[in-house]
Amino acid sequence: MQELTEKLKKEIIEVLNLEDVSPEDIDADASLFGEGLGLDSIDALELIVLLEKNYGIKIEDPKEGRKIFASVRTMAEYILEHQKK
Amino acid sequence: MHITRICTVIPPLVRLNGTVVFEDRAEDSPAFLKAAYRNLSVPYPKFFKMDNLCKLGFLATEYLLHDTNLAAHYSLNDTGIVFQNRSSSLETDEKHQESIRDRQNYFPSPSVFVYTLPNIVVGEVSIRHKIKGENALLISSEPDAGQLFGYVNELFLQDRVKCCIAGWVEAYHDHLSACLVLVEKKEMAKSFLQPGELFIFGLLNLERILNEVSQHARIDGKA
Repeated sequence: MQELTEKLKKEIIEVLNLEDVSPEDIDADASLFGEGLGLDSIDALELIVLLEKNYGIKIEDPKEGRKIFASVRTMAEYILEHQKK
Repeated sequence: MHITRICTVIPPLVRLNGTVVFEDRAEDSPAFLKAAYRNLSVPYPKFFKMDNLCKLGFLATEYLLHDTNLAAHYSLNDTGIVFQNRSSSLETDEKHQESIRDRQNYFPSPSVFVYTLPNIVVGEVSIRHKIKGENALLISSEPDAGQLFGYVNELFLQDRVKCCIAGWVEAYHDHLSACLVLVEKKEMAKSFLQPGELFIFGLLNLERILNEVSQHARIDGKA
């Protein structure tokens, strides 16, 4: 789990072009949207693509996104639960 | 119509009213744009998500409006933006096309796709400066001062805006060139000038500068 959250932090920084953010700056339990990293709706779409491209997980119901992308930890938990073996 | 400020961005230089205000001999366009952004010390993380065209328009406007406090002189609805360029959003269009070429590896990026319209650069500048006036992006194979300022003048005549940020913003891979001016309907100009500056000049001068800028953006063999 710890390994996956650290990997996710690096991937999020890369795909979202978070230039001045390092993995250490991201709290795994902090909110990704709103007051957390301040991500926007386009970033949310980019995270959906990240899950599909890097982990083979397709989010069928966009409403699930709010829960899945609440934090890096919730993303990691969702990946571990749904990743194809 | 009074042109009261001019900013040109042609790597390695950024000039404001003819004076070099930034210089960086970066190895490529993205590195130059990043260095020019860092030099401004303006905290705007969204800059890093923009494509090169938007970054260039953003930076040229930032340098153009530096220390002007434009909002204190004109309401947000009274300020317009009219840009002109040659390559539209072609660089980002190509990037998007590349991402959808392979049907077996089909992962188009939403954050790339949103920049596949050239007028997004106008939108980014509008958001940054909260400008709500009339805006347009005109495509022209060469800088066309007549077209550009004919459009601006029409906005003035119709009383759509009282002030306009106008000019050339061209970005295509390693070919960056921008020449933006602040155009005002009435002569409120001197409030934007630094002590000792006298930089109100005519369209003929601007046409000459635009043509010089254009030479740096020329790409042989490109349609």
